Amino acid sequence: MIRLTINGTKHDLDVPPDMPLLWAIRDVVGLTGTKFGCGVAACGACTVHLSGAAVRSCQVPVSAAAGQPITTIEGIAKNGKPHPVQDAWVAENVPQCGYCQSGQIMSATALLAEKPKPTDADISAAMSGNICRCAMYPRIKKAIKRAAGIA
Amino acid sequence: MLARADFIKIATATGAGFALGLRADLAPAVAASPAAVFSPNVWLSMDAAGVFTVMVNKSEMGQGIATSLPMMVAEELDAPMSAIRYQFAPADPAYNDPVWKQQATGGSTTSPNMYMTMRKAGATARAMLVSAAATRWNVEPSACSTKDGVVSGPGGKTATYASLAADAAKVAVPADAALKSPDQFRVIGTRVKRLDIVPKTNGTAQYGIDVRVPGMLIGTIEKAPSFGGTLASFDASKAKRIKGVRAVVPVTSGVAVIADNMWAAKQGRAALSIKWNPGPYGQASTASIDSMQRIALGTPGVEQSVTGDAAAVLAGKTALHAVYEVPYLAHAPMEPMNATADVRADHVEVWAPTQAQTGAQAAAAKASGLPVSAVTLHTTFLGGGFGRRFETDFITDAVEASKAVGKPVKLVWTREDDIRQGVFRSSQMSSLAGAVDSDGTIAALTHHVACSSILARIAPAAGSATGKDRISINGALPPDIAIPNSRVAFTHIDAGIPVGFWRAPGANANTFAIESFMDELAHQAGKDPVAFRRAMMPGVSRARKLLDIAAERSKWTSAAPAGHARGFAMVEWDQALVAIVAEVSMPDKKSIRVHRLTCAADCGTIINPDGLEAQLQSAMLFGLSAALRGKITIKNGGVVQSNFYDYEVLRMNDAPEMDIALVAGLDKPTGAGEVGTPAVAPAVANALFKLTGKRYRKLPLLDAIKTA
Repeated sequence: MIRLTINGTKHDLDVPPDMPLLWAIRDVVGLTGTKFGCGVAACGACTVHLSGAAVRSCQVPVSAAAGQPITTIEGIAKNGKPHPVQDAWVAENVPQCGYCQSGQIMSATALLAEKPKPTDADISAAMSGNICRCAMYPRIKKAIKRAAGIA
Repeated sequence: MLARADFIKIATATGAGFALGLRADLAPAVAASPAAVFSPNVWLSMDAAGVFTVMVNKSEMGQGIATSLPMMVAEELDAPMSAIRYQFAPADPAYNDPVWKQQATGGSTTSPNMYMTMRKAGATARAMLVSAAATRWNVEPSACSTKDGVVSGPGGKTATYASLAADAAKVAVPADAALKSPDQFRVIGTRVKRLDIVPKTNGTAQYGIDVRVPGMLIGTIEKAPSFGGTLASFDASKAKRIKGVRAVVPVTSGVAVIADNMWAAKQGRAALSIKWNPGPYGQASTASIDSMQRIALGTPGVEQSVTGDAAAVLAGKTALHAVYEVPYLAHAPMEPMNATADVRADHVEVWAPTQAQTGAQAAAAKASGLPVSAVTLHTTFLGGGFGRRFETDFITDAVEASKAVGKPVKLVWTREDDIRQGVFRSSQMSSLAGAVDSDGTIAALTHHVACSSILARIAPAAGSATGKDRISINGALPPDIAIPNSRVAFTHIDAGIPVGFWRAPGANANTFAIESFMDELAHQAGKDPVAFRRAMMPGVSRARKLLDIAAERSKWTSAAPAGHARGFAMVEWDQALVAIVAEVSMPDKKSIRVHRLTCAADCGTIINPDGLEAQLQSAMLFGLSAALRGKITIKNGGVVQSNFYDYEVLRMNDAPEMDIALVAGLDKPTGAGEVGTPAVAPAVANALFKLTGKRYRKLPLLDAIKTA
């Protein structure tokens, strides 16, 4: 048994220790907001927070995630209120197909937690690991600035 | 241009255009939810609170149709968008596209094909609500008006739609409810927030890959490494020892490993030992396919269109000749291919992110051995499509897997499967020749396209039997310029690599060739490229207007910033038009920086300006991704690349600034999903020529600059 704490809830999972966190979250726990995109940490669709840091869950074995707080897209709203980054995503009408957006939002929230007023270069560096095939990059950048209160 | 008639031919040829009676349990109003109190037609219903549900018969893969189709209904219904919900329609002939006569999404046809149907659906409901109010008040319907879900009558009388529902439901459905004139529009043409915005920002939007059915297993398939390869033998003993693996079964496309979860399935798959027969194309390589194309260009090709006598005119002049090359491309939508199927003795249920409901239903019927009437198909959100999800291979995979194990199976492709087992944009060589008269107009132009035909693969009867291939030559000549002597020819290359619809089929390759060549002709004639083509356009021209706007907004006639240069290109896609100026620099000899894309677009009547801008942004950057980096190469009959580290796509650090100007030059909407893509590559290549004096005639450009 491996105990994972996801969005504040404890889950005891009968899974092999080398199972990537992505599949434990999606297929075993059943939280499907975190997406499978590439399986090799090349696209960012599976991004979650591990102790507050953005990680690609397809490359983190569950054994390495046990004992640390894990946050997924389902866990960033507080008291029923969307995270300010989610509000900014809505305000800028960011998504097209939307599949990558959980990962984009998790990368963006981690960036803003670390750098509340990021420069364009900070945003580009933090977000270039997240692919959007609909290429809504201009809107993602605007939404991050909006969430950061940068004009 | 890709004629809608072609899609009908394709549908017929692929068996997707079958006639099917309306299922009894769906008629007459499929839309009617248990809460519906008023269901005037299959497209919409209203609940007791006055909230309308619009049935969306098209696939939402990002293009915004789950917002724009309800907007068309709301416009004529005179209901506020806040009272509008949407629901994806089931696969059912009641929801066929009125032009295609089947249910499918592609070719930038949703807005043009559905525009009148959705408006009429709303207008019909409005007329019935008005009729109910008029009867209640004993006045003429013409004395009543509607706005924001309320009917107003003489003497200040008002009634909400909700209060009229029971009466309206008894009104005979009018056959020809009046439509608004465009100057009366209150919804169409306004910036409306996507109706799917919230679920797409909190993880609750359900894509195919998120489907969970009680008792479901998860499977993945190891497929032949070469196209046309077949299974010789396999040993599953090691795979079956992986914890969580439930079954290993051969299916048409390979060997399926079916497990409790994807990790177990992937591990089981890695533990398989398989022998493959390479098949007839097992020796194919990029070099061998290039040779076939080069040989083809030495032949006259099959004539597709002709004016005058181009060969004779070219023989008498100093003609310019050039060959352009583009590689195979994968679609690589973010959501890997997948579908979930539950095959029972007499019924199949499928949940799928599909662009082709009718085709998917037919594929599920074929794979299960049951009739189409036994197939229930649910369309989920699509995590991107770009033409890839017009195919039904992933549907067949899921149905065969479920049938083999007798349980519901979610069948998931890996990214490697997506890159290696796709259908592809064909690689292509194009040979062009042209000459300019002393008056600066094009005297003659020929364009010979050599690539693998999509029609030859999926619907031979619709095209390749005669050698005429409208898709492969789509966009082969420049928009709105009459060329007195021209010849377009095509040669199909039977390379064994499956090719399919990829954003702006035909035009995505041909535009690079023709629009680069237009720049070459202008240069040869000593003309500015924009002025050169403008002089050949008629005085009243949608295309010329866009050319002028793009030139003005990009400051075309003033000097570019130091170290920068600008390039121009344009394209027409089924009456949609786009002109693009790219401003680029080369920070060093191995890199290209695209600073800005200026776009002027005319997609006719604009439903939702914000949605249209998003589509154009997306399409242009999709084109830029292919222009700079996109490349699939072939070795031993299979794909060399495997994932995003070697099949590179555009990331934020490559994304330029964009300036988009919208023009509505038609009184009906065109599509908008594809027209933004094709002209980006030639605009960038033309800018690189201006910057360096070198012609880059082969994509992707980041490869071209290193080898030039």
